Amino acid sequence: MNAFVADKALSSANPSADEDREVLLNVENVSLSFGGVKAITDISFDILKGEIRAIIGPNGAGKTSMLNVINGFYHPQEGTITWQGKVRNKIKPHEAVSQGIARTFQNVALFKGMSTLDNIMAGRSTRMKANIFFQMIWYGAAMREEIEHRKRVEDIIDFLEIQAIRRTPVGKLPYGLQKRVELARALAMEPELLLLDEPMAGMNLEEKEDMSRFIVDVNQEFGTTIALIEHDMGVVMDLSDRVVVLDYGKKIADGRPEEVQANQNVIDAYLGVAH
Amino acid sequence: MLYDVLIDPFVQMFALPDFFLQVLWEGFVSGVLYALIALGFVLIYKSSRIFNFAQGIMVVFSALTLVGLHSMGVPAIAAVPLTLLVMYLLAMSIERVVLRPLVNQPDIILFMATIGITLFLIGFGQLVFGGDNKVMITEQLGIPTGAFELEPFGGFVLIEQKDLTAVTLAILLVVGLLVFLNKTKMGRAIRALGDDHQAALSVGISLSTIWVLVWFIAGVIALVTGVVWGARAGVSFALEVIAYKALPVLMLGGLESVSGAIVGGIAIGILEKIFEIYWGQPFLGGNTETWFPFIFALLVLLFRPQGLFGERIIERI
Amino acid sequence: MIFRTAGQFKTSYEADQALFPIKQDFYLVLGVLLLAYVVFPLTASEFAFKALLVPVLIYSLAALGLNILTGYCGQLSLGTAAFMGVGAYATYKFMSIFPEMNIFVAIFLSGFFSAAVGVAFGLPSLRIKGFYLAIATLAAQFFLVWLFEKWAWLYNYNASGAIEVSTSSVFGITVTGPTALPIVQYYCVLIVVTLVTWFAINLTRGRYGRMWKATRDMDIAAELVGIKLITAKLTAFAVSSYIVGIAGGLLVFFWKGAAEPNLFDIPLSFQILFIAIIGGLGSILGNYLGAILIVALPVVLNLLPNALGIPIDSATLEHLNVMIVGALIIAFLILEPHGLARFYAIIREKLILWPFPY
Repeated sequence: MNAFVADKALSSANPSADEDREVLLNVENVSLSFGGVKAITDISFDILKGEIRAIIGPNGAGKTSMLNVINGFYHPQEGTITWQGKVRNKIKPHEAVSQGIARTFQNVALFKGMSTLDNIMAGRSTRMKANIFFQMIWYGAAMREEIEHRKRVEDIIDFLEIQAIRRTPVGKLPYGLQKRVELARALAMEPELLLLDEPMAGMNLEEKEDMSRFIVDVNQEFGTTIALIEHDMGVVMDLSDRVVVLDYGKKIADGRPEEVQANQNVIDAYLGVAH
Repeated sequence: MLYDVLIDPFVQMFALPDFFLQVLWEGFVSGVLYALIALGFVLIYKSSRIFNFAQGIMVVFSALTLVGLHSMGVPAIAAVPLTLLVMYLLAMSIERVVLRPLVNQPDIILFMATIGITLFLIGFGQLVFGGDNKVMITEQLGIPTGAFELEPFGGFVLIEQKDLTAVTLAILLVVGLLVFLNKTKMGRAIRALGDDHQAALSVGISLSTIWVLVWFIAGVIALVTGVVWGARAGVSFALEVIAYKALPVLMLGGLESVSGAIVGGIAIGILEKIFEIYWGQPFLGGNTETWFPFIFALLVLLFRPQGLFGERIIERI
Repeated sequence: MIFRTAGQFKTSYEADQALFPIKQDFYLVLGVLLLAYVVFPLTASEFAFKALLVPVLIYSLAALGLNILTGYCGQLSLGTAAFMGVGAYATYKFMSIFPEMNIFVAIFLSGFFSAAVGVAFGLPSLRIKGFYLAIATLAAQFFLVWLFEKWAWLYNYNASGAIEVSTSSVFGITVTGPTALPIVQYYCVLIVVTLVTWFAINLTRGRYGRMWKATRDMDIAAELVGIKLITAKLTAFAVSSYIVGIAGGLLVFFWKGAAEPNLFDIPLSFQILFIAIIGGLGSILGNYLGAILIVALPVVLNLLPNALGIPIDSATLEHLNVMIVGALIIAFLILEPHGLARFYAIIREKLILWPFPY
């Protein structure tokens, strides 16, 4: 309840520039628990079209669970999720993809036995329709489709500068490149909303800079809305338009980066509080 | 028709309770043996994540060795420890030749390797002992062969002493194993290894010692199973098929649960017997025991994917 | 030098996605086809057809089917032989109900039966994973073989309980039955195998192949990038069982000539699995290499003692054969867990670079 009040207070404090933007995704009073363990308690926030929205918080705060709820991998026991103005029922993850929600993962979740190209092509599976008999003879619709999608995928490969590793099995790539391939696969789904789960974890400074550049480019060139979880505060404060802070499955702050930085609850959550 | 299938079998169970008891007992005895074989699987899976397909052939191989040694003139008293020695050597060579080079390979590779071991042992056993049927040296080992007749409900139930011995031996073995796993340092090490290889290695548990030990214990279980089953049905390579029966037991009880193997084994033993006698033979032409346990376990798993004793799986990413 | 790829530039994605992006591969395959279609038929003896060539083709087809399920989609199956049985019995029923039917039509139609049975037994894969699923496929193995034995309609109430292949002909040439020439049967099998292989290559490099491989590598992630696991797994079961069923039909009609239910028992399942594993999971080529090895080994072992003048009786020889196959499997898994196909891939890579190290 507290969180909800805090949210109201903060969003009314937002400058009017944000308010004429369309709300892409609205999370209302969502709670999720496993058995007796509460992962998320009564969280509400919204994601506006075209913004970069950061979700931060200490380990175990429920950030990844939140993303899992958004893309339909977990189903919350309470609360509603509104996607593009429509209240969403219980959906399967692949339905979320066809609605336009794509994501990357905290621990790289690529298909290790497949080449970079195949991994990215796999991201377009929902868009391919040619039936199995054309596929068998590699002719007609199947071949046209394969080439058309290959073109799109090559654009993404160019955009993320991974041409050289096109044919390499991703299991053999270094970690930083794997993260990039994962981003490529998510982009191949041509999402409205891109969920990034710690896109910069375990990277060195240079790789982080590259990744930041790609994220900003995706946001500005394709107009893709981005929600990201990240622990590097420098990155979060620089990239994001608005930040929501979770702690122990509850929302403790929401607002512009500088507002959040100054919030006493956030400082307490990160630095601990004297009891 | 519907009456014949759905109601009549139960009427018969009540009409001839002594026969029903006999069926239950027979099912129970084979169930105990399934449980024993399943236990061998569980032990190896728990400690090394290997789905050991060779457990079945180890039963045959140990029984063959025992009988073979005896036929070469070794007295029964000496043949048992000698067979144990052979099983120990087998465990050691499997660890050295097969497992050690395959550490950290995917599960399916290790599984295939155990099928390789199975084939090798079949060929080797046939080469050394011949492929013909043999008789278990039941009397020489001091296993009584008589039978009791009980007379409940005015009928009578026949209980063979060697079945009774089998059950007793199995219970002793299970109790011993549980004490070993839960109370000794080695037992703790085995369980630790099952949870996390690297963590166990880093606190100084020796992988190869434990693996030899575990495979040896599986060999001992195999020997006991081989002796008691051999006493019932003779010793031949056909025995290997009973090892397949342990697989639905594992589905039902879970690959890692000792209690699951025991309960699952007994349940499957009894249910397949009841199904065969009251439904299989009258309606389906018999011999349903080959598939009934599998279909049964499959149906149970469809409703409880984690098996009877597994914990609910929460998938995370 | 032979495999030099320099100078072969692709100017369209169509060319880049062609079946043989590198010319040398094309010549190599052409060479193999030439060998199979022209050289072998001209030179092989009747024994070679019956004991080597036809079995290799049929086993590799079955292994190809299994490989799609296990190697590409990651669903371990131990019931391959039973699905071969479904194909064989379905073909038999087709041929006895419609004796005028073209045998190839019958075999390709029978594939749909085994595909349907495969999908039915594949349904549990949506809830059961890993070894539990492998055991579940044994349910199909034992149940179906039992059914072949007990359901007398399947074998036309023959007293022997076996099915026997009657004589049939296509375009006036006798292709099945005792009077069919081995060379004719070889060509029949070869054509079917070539065709199905081409289909399989196309399927595995396209959308379905990617769906299957994604499911194999990480099923949760596959679901989260929009792949329906139910579609991926069930199509894999269907395609795999279809191919396996065809192989079963060929096995009985073009090779064995007759079959009892126990032909489709678990040893055959394992033999097919060995071929797939030794050849290489997740590869098409591997199935052929694996089949050649597994089929040729006992034949060579049989000939060897005679050639060396060592007298060994046939029982011992058979035991030795089982032992050696077992040892060979272990040795292969240790040396190259990815199978013979990986050996070939490594050699090919080396050849592309040769004679320059970089």
